[in-house]
Amino acid sequence: MRKYTPKDNVQKKSYYTDRFWVAPRVPQMSIEEGSHFADVINALGDRVLDASVQIGQLVVSINHQDNYSVLETLKDVCGYKICTELSAVDYLAQEGKFEIFYQMLNLDEALRVRVVCMIEDGLAIESTVPLFKSANFAEREMYDMFGIYVNNHPFLKRILMPDDWEGHPLLKTYPLEGDEFASWYEVDKIFGKENRDIIGPENRDPSRVDRYDTKRFSRVGHEVDFGADISQGEPETEIEYSKTLLVDYTTGSEKLDQRR
Amino acid sequence: MQVTNKLSPFFENLNFEREDNTMVINFGPQHPSAHGQLRLVLELDGELVVKALPDIGYLHRGIEKMAENMTYNEFLPTTDRLDYIASTSNNYAYALSVEKLIGLDVPRRAKVIRTMLLELNRIISHLFFVATHALDVGAMSVFLYAFREREFAMDLMEDYCGARLTHSAVRIGGVPLDLPHDWIDNLIKFCQKIPKDIKMYEDLLTENRIWKMRLEDVGTISAEEAMSWGCSGVMLRGSGVNYDIRKEEPYELYGELDFDIPVSNSCDSLGRYRLYMEEMRQSVRILEQLILMYPKTEQKLMAHAPQYISAPKEEIMTQNYALMQHFVLVTQGMRPPKGEVYIPTESPKGELGFYIKSEGEPYAYRLKCRAPSFYHTGLLQKLLIGTYIADVVTIIGTTNIVFGEVDR
Repeated sequence: MRKYTPKDNVQKKSYYTDRFWVAPRVPQMSIEEGSHFADVINALGDRVLDASVQIGQLVVSINHQDNYSVLETLKDVCGYKICTELSAVDYLAQEGKFEIFYQMLNLDEALRVRVVCMIEDGLAIESTVPLFKSANFAEREMYDMFGIYVNNHPFLKRILMPDDWEGHPLLKTYPLEGDEFASWYEVDKIFGKENRDIIGPENRDPSRVDRYDTKRFSRVGHEVDFGADISQGEPETEIEYSKTLLVDYTTGSEKLDQRR
Repeated sequence: MQVTNKLSPFFENLNFEREDNTMVINFGPQHPSAHGQLRLVLELDGELVVKALPDIGYLHRGIEKMAENMTYNEFLPTTDRLDYIASTSNNYAYALSVEKLIGLDVPRRAKVIRTMLLELNRIISHLFFVATHALDVGAMSVFLYAFREREFAMDLMEDYCGARLTHSAVRIGGVPLDLPHDWIDNLIKFCQKIPKDIKMYEDLLTENRIWKMRLEDVGTISAEEAMSWGCSGVMLRGSGVNYDIRKEEPYELYGELDFDIPVSNSCDSLGRYRLYMEEMRQSVRILEQLILMYPKTEQKLMAHAPQYISAPKEEIMTQNYALMQHFVLVTQGMRPPKGEVYIPTESPKGELGFYIKSEGEPYAYRLKCRAPSFYHTGLLQKLLIGTYIADVVTIIGTTNIVFGEVDR
């Protein structure tokens, strides 16, 4: 029977996991009273769903509708002036949702906060470009990679992939070598759609070696002419090593160098 | 709409012919001073830039996607290809995030070597910046001199790890090799030589009339704007914001080292150029302190964490259990705990951080590389408006963007 591979996550998986193995968790510390992070939580009020300190950074979980107001409070009240990073994580297979995180930096305290929200597939998130200009490129990249639409973004357009690309590459359902669309994209561009039958789909597996391809591959001891047809068998060629003659000029004798 | 045929070809800038109209030109993607594959769509009113749209993605290789399909150790050499001017800083930023995720402590000698390599990479990268920036502006001789000195630094890297550009000189949990014989002596010679060379570049550039005319008040950005656009590194410090991750959120040995963070209030390209020069001097200062630290450390190079890191080769060859663990780690890969981590580091270009989301599998569930150049490219939309077309090249140069990490 063919091995079952889940269709909702086609990324590489571990080929073997011990039955009794339970993954540990990164410690989630509670927030100390009177610390800067406690002030942040107070300032955010009841918009905080869950908060903990993980590896030195405050992680605040919020509703996705609150993202603009929470970032505004962080910027104006708590001094988080820089939004260093913003992106998403695909949890469609497990929960049908994306996780969007905003990585915020306070320059005076040298502390960082990560604001995390879950958003259902198909819903759009509010743009934070009016607060942070850096979100302009970051939200475009998030849209490009995950297909999450951003409301009120000034220029929501693909950024890394070509404009006429189909599919969003960082989704878990998107294979590493690309999908059907990807294999025809350049063929259509270069040769035209009408020549698909002649050209064939693009080989997007970088480790594939065609045994009978004498244009791009050769084998030591089996060298043949460029483009020769070797599907009916190939000639054996003897390997030729370069030869060095050792010359003794006093006697005028020559002998082959056989030193190794 | 133009109707094009063989007799009347398509004119890109036909609307320019009409009165009071702007001209649209494509800058790149194959422009030598675009520092890679940057396409800028510039809207010009005469010689003034009215609108600029950076178009990126010509070097997109899907490195974040590859990270989801590779074990943690497999992915490490791929990080070389992000900022290929200073690849050790990428290796290090990635290794540090994984170490923080699994809570690993690295032996002191490995820390000393790593910090040495990081600072050496900073010098290599800054020399590259000075060279190409000067070449873009028109100072050819500085380019030749700076590349000559960069060669010496690259020779040191080659002596240590065998590679000149894609080093992979850092491993998760330490470094693979101790410093070779004579390496420290060569480094001392380099440290003695490079301040004189920096002096020479400054003699050639700082008071140079043309250089000052080309750089002063070009590409100005206020502190408020710089923070809003997510600038980091020299772009931020050039606008008077004193924030260096090495100082403020110390990692590795930077907490123990004595060095200064140069800050400039001039907000322009000339100020940033002077910061780069000063940072190189500070790197030399750090290297000199590290040279003294090195002999005081113990031999050990890799952290002892059998669950995550293979034992030294000697133990693998002699002890059965170490061999078994090595086999599992090579065939299956290490499994960090569930959770997420974002660790920022100060790469030569700015804040380089890796966000890693782990689900307890040998493959990262999500890896996001926070590349400084990506945000600095976004800044071009703001920086270029109102400048002359001749300054566009200077401004691209001063942002010091590398397309390996912009497109990833």
